Amino acid sequence: MGPFLETLIGGLMSGMLYSLVALGFVLIFKASGVFNFAQGAMVLFAALAMARFAEWFPALLGFDNKVLANVLAFVAAMAVMVAVAWLIERLVLSKLVNQEGITLLMATLGVTYFLDGFGQTLFGSEIYKIDIGLPKDPMFLFDKVFEGGLLVNKEDLYAAVIAAALVIALSAFFQYTSTGRALRAVADDHQAAQSIGIPLNRIWVIVWAVAGFVALVAGMIWGSKLGVQFSLSLVALKALPVVILGGLTSVPGAIIGGLVIGVGEKLSEVFIGPMLGGGIEIWFGYVLVLFVLLVRPQGLFGEKIIDRV
Amino acid sequence: MLYRENGQFKTSYAADQQIFPIAQDRIGILLLVAFAIIGVPLLADEYLFRAILIPFLILSLAAIGLNILVGYCGQISLGTGAFMAVGAYAAYNFFVRVDGMPVIVAILLGGVCSTLAGVVFGIPSLRIKGLYLAVATLAAQFFFDWAFLRINWFTNNSSSGTVSVADLSLFGIKIDGPLGKYYFCLGFVLVFALLAKNLVRGHIGREWMAMRDMDVAASVIGIRPVYAKLSAFAVSSFIVGVAGALWGFVHLGSWEPAAFNIDRSFQLLFMVIIGGLGSIMGSFFGAAFISVLPIFLSLVLPALGNVFGVTIGTALIAHTELMVFGGLIVFFLIVEPHGLARLWSIGKEKMRLWPFPH
Amino acid sequence: MAEHSNPSTPERGGNKVILDVNNISLSFGGVKALTDISFNVREHEIRAIIGPNGAGKSSMLNCINGVYTPQQGSITFRGQTFSHMSPRQVAEMGVARTFQNLALFKGMNVIDNIMSGRNLKMKSNLFLQALRIGPAAREEAEHREFVEHIIDFLEIQAFRKTPVGRLPYGLQKRVDLGRALAMEPSVLLLDEPMAGMNVEEKQDMCRFVLEVNEEFATTIVLIEHDMSVVMDISDRVVVLDYGKKIGDGTPDEVRQNPEVISAYLGTSH
Repeated sequence: MGPFLETLIGGLMSGMLYSLVALGFVLIFKASGVFNFAQGAMVLFAALAMARFAEWFPALLGFDNKVLANVLAFVAAMAVMVAVAWLIERLVLSKLVNQEGITLLMATLGVTYFLDGFGQTLFGSEIYKIDIGLPKDPMFLFDKVFEGGLLVNKEDLYAAVIAAALVIALSAFFQYTSTGRALRAVADDHQAAQSIGIPLNRIWVIVWAVAGFVALVAGMIWGSKLGVQFSLSLVALKALPVVILGGLTSVPGAIIGGLVIGVGEKLSEVFIGPMLGGGIEIWFGYVLVLFVLLVRPQGLFGEKIIDRV
Repeated sequence: MLYRENGQFKTSYAADQQIFPIAQDRIGILLLVAFAIIGVPLLADEYLFRAILIPFLILSLAAIGLNILVGYCGQISLGTGAFMAVGAYAAYNFFVRVDGMPVIVAILLGGVCSTLAGVVFGIPSLRIKGLYLAVATLAAQFFFDWAFLRINWFTNNSSSGTVSVADLSLFGIKIDGPLGKYYFCLGFVLVFALLAKNLVRGHIGREWMAMRDMDVAASVIGIRPVYAKLSAFAVSSFIVGVAGALWGFVHLGSWEPAAFNIDRSFQLLFMVIIGGLGSIMGSFFGAAFISVLPIFLSLVLPALGNVFGVTIGTALIAHTELMVFGGLIVFFLIVEPHGLARLWSIGKEKMRLWPFPH
Repeated sequence: MAEHSNPSTPERGGNKVILDVNNISLSFGGVKALTDISFNVREHEIRAIIGPNGAGKSSMLNCINGVYTPQQGSITFRGQTFSHMSPRQVAEMGVARTFQNLALFKGMNVIDNIMSGRNLKMKSNLFLQALRIGPAAREEAEHREFVEHIIDFLEIQAFRKTPVGRLPYGLQKRVDLGRALAMEPSVLLLDEPMAGMNVEEKQDMCRFVLEVNEEFATTIVLIEHDMSVVMDISDRVVVLDYGKKIGDGTPDEVRQNPEVISAYLGTSH
């Protein structure tokens, strides 16, 4: 029972982190109908920016305070992500307005490659550290109930809490602010939104900037865990099943999808993995999503696609 | 002036329906094929064969296969690398486990296995569409990545995880050395390109395109979606599987699953999109573009660096490659979403008028 | 508008019923698109379905076609009754249709669009097609010949190789009709074939519809808004309103039906 619960908790927390990346996908898709393959590259780019700024600012400006360095780095990285969002909108999105889905998908794939290369050119391609003070030591819960207690990684716990807070904040943003309403209007019908005066281009910049913010937070957390390196870009590939499972347009779906995939991956790896030779994590999420889609082609919470003739 | 159809009247429907109805096109293609068979071997050196020509040929073949699925039938697939892997590993197993198995048969059997895998992973397309389908195809990619890494039977229990083939021969003639390999691949490519072109201009091709353009109307004229989609997956996977086997056997010689990973899938998708969706010729254009680009960059960038007195290290070249690659893709999609094939046909239209303005 | 032989002549009135719609009810979630619709169609006649927008006319055609499955009711075709059919089965039984919003295959040219209508008759398997020898090659040429007859009939020879997306709307409608004709149907369902056309285009389309009906003896079920067209060329008319049948008979009978009049003109309160 103990190991099962440990794995479960570990899965829930890693699932929360997947949700964080998945959120970026959902945001952009909701508002612009674009499936942003570049989300992973944005996570890497943001993390690189933050890691390097945290190194460079103290050296450049001559101070030693780690907290200050991190705060400045965060702000600077955020500014960079806003700039990236604006550039992507100007140079890529606005030129591809009426194209089909696959064209936009490929365009974001192109942006992925570009950001990967550009990020490493600007910030370097070694492994960098992000240290935002997340405690790295493990803790043991319920040591009265289970012998030795359940091993819970403190860092993961903090990360999960931050992710949850971000998700709640974003949901509130969508529901209760006028910008959030405008975003939802745009997601529903571009032309109708335009006709009531919502500035499409500015909305898209805002959306991509918010996605950039989500990418930054995700990058910060993942980077703190794993170190900032190129493989961070591949985190997007882990988040894709989450996005699809939850349905491309649903924020709660992204969360639930993340938890399901996170738990499923960990449980299957621990309990089924040894029978199959291990390493099944890489495909478990995808195969799970495949089976769900066969039953519900629009994901768990997505909108049903109706073809009218 | 030169490129005009004047005087070329067709007296039968068969003549009107041929692949290259305009005589100038026919002559052009025959010259190109002749050049490929005779001219290239005279002019190319070993490096050109190994680094550019042979990969180009094999990747064109894979691109043709993918184009049938994505360009003609409209089913997005991000798992092409996995089907190449199935073809390669299946061919490998047939080759080493069955005594006296001819190479060509092993490769074709690899294609057959890839067909089976393609049909199985194509079943979701009957229910799932668009982006959801794209992500579902990634399941194939990651599953096979894992299978060929972890299931030892596939690699003939190789301890290092790599497999290799040697001593390829065709009817007793050894296929080693760049020229032999080049002809071997060229043969496959010419045959398969012809077969593929015949399929896409036949009624199965029209069924595929009908499914792509408007599947409800297609069903109303009697097209069965199941047959159309699964046949597209089957044919596409067969061609991709054969290409995968060729890639492993002829180009690499020895390989591991990483040779067929998701980057390969993306690369093929780029080829098809930049070359032109729904165009056999476009597959060649796309493969040429993507094959040549890295080499071009690795030559041009240091030279450019020298002009400005800056040494450009290999890491920077690699990063720049990514940037140029990504940038070019976006550029292409903006400027000509229908790819190089469309630019080519626009060029031909202009040639028909030349030297007149209209 | 075009003239048409007197609808109440014995040979038309005495024809047997080829298509029978029995108590069809169709709803989408909470919306009732069709409520208990019954009517029949006689062989070789031109049967019009009319009604205000949203009356359920296209949905009716979609039910006949197998695109929608009605919750209740059945369709009897040549004596065989079905409550549910796949579009392919309907096509195999000889029913073809055109679409209100065209539904052409935009990626193909005119010839290929119409050739796609021949697909049920093309039998050669994948291998023969890949090699393009023998039966496969013959098939392509034979069916191409048939398609050329249709192209001649519809007077679109000049646009054979044009991608259909580039054609003006009226010509696209002809290609849609051509694709349906390529199936050599015994029943042709036309969904607003004259929508969006000017007077000349409508005259051409009427001419085509009448020729198809007279020369090829095809039964025609026609949704149309233009009343003069309906009154002139149809033998009998069904009137739908809000998914219910409110009129059924010859054009003259229907024209005088008070319910039909109020449906179109509205009632005063």
